Amino acid sequence: MKKLFQIRGILQGAWTAVSNSYLVGFLQGNIYQGKGKYLCAPGLNCYACPGALGSCPIGSLQAVFGNLKYTVSFYVTGCLLLIGVILGRFVCGFLCPIGWVQELNHRIPLFQKRKSLPGHRFLKYLPYGVLLLFVIILSMLTVRQDGIGTPWFCKWICPGGTLLGGLPLLLGNSILRQAAGMLFAWKVLLLAGVLLLAIKIYRPFCKYICPLGVIYGWFHSISLVRLHICQEKCIHCGKCEQACKMGIAVEQNPNSPECVRCGDCIKACPTGAIS
Amino acid sequence: MKTEGRKERNVKALVCVVIALAMISIGLCRGEQSVIYRKAKNICMECIGIG
Repeated sequence: MKKLFQIRGILQGAWTAVSNSYLVGFLQGNIYQGKGKYLCAPGLNCYACPGALGSCPIGSLQAVFGNLKYTVSFYVTGCLLLIGVILGRFVCGFLCPIGWVQELNHRIPLFQKRKSLPGHRFLKYLPYGVLLLFVIILSMLTVRQDGIGTPWFCKWICPGGTLLGGLPLLLGNSILRQAAGMLFAWKVLLLAGVLLLAIKIYRPFCKYICPLGVIYGWFHSISLVRLHICQEKCIHCGKCEQACKMGIAVEQNPNSPECVRCGDCIKACPTGAIS
Repeated sequence: MKTEGRKERNVKALVCVVIALAMISIGLCRGEQSVIYRKAKNICMECIGIG
């Protein structure tokens, strides 16, 4: 178990590479159009990424919410439920490219590191608001004439689309480069902000914005991948809580909805009480 | 007591898995995957910050 968490960074990079392995897209400035796009990727992996082989679950949810014919998506909701119950936020810790990029940034030896922003105990509820307003309500209320909803979260907030989709596509496609305007500037600014903040704060996007983490976190009390604390081995030293960069009281609530299954608590525990 | 708690959680998880599979099946029967594919196979202009 510990070994799995020791190689977590490698697994994150490997998953990002595999799930975005349509290299022709990067070279030609277009995207994969194969049948893999019928499937929802588990993490926040923009389907506008030239290499993406699957569809972003949040983008897909918004597409169906705003659809004149369907509005409610059984398929995407079912996928999220299935992934959430089986893996929970293991997805965040192992299978999300945006989480991986933030962690890489956090390793840059600049600035004094902090676990969270001031006001964390209030800010940690922001992702619920993002999910409710941008992903659900606005997508349902604004429907285009072609019957596909406007993805408000993707358009105005998600840095993944800029990092994985916008920047590589604009590099390889001159027509798209010419069309870039104020919206693109805003998205690049947002991306830069998240990446800079990630150097100082651990996973700021996951903590304060990401709606997908909220959804998967709901299932932590029953997910098959869960943390367990052996009370006989636990010596209540508090090292798990000190090590937890998500600010969780690990001993009291090892399966908190905010846990991204990074395994830092497991590595820090001197008695091996956490598994 | 612990075993009962674990058993109860596993039952809840199993029920959720069954519901999830049923929802996916319903979604596929309704043809929702075509909406997702139609969106995903074209470059999402909103996602990349064009429009």
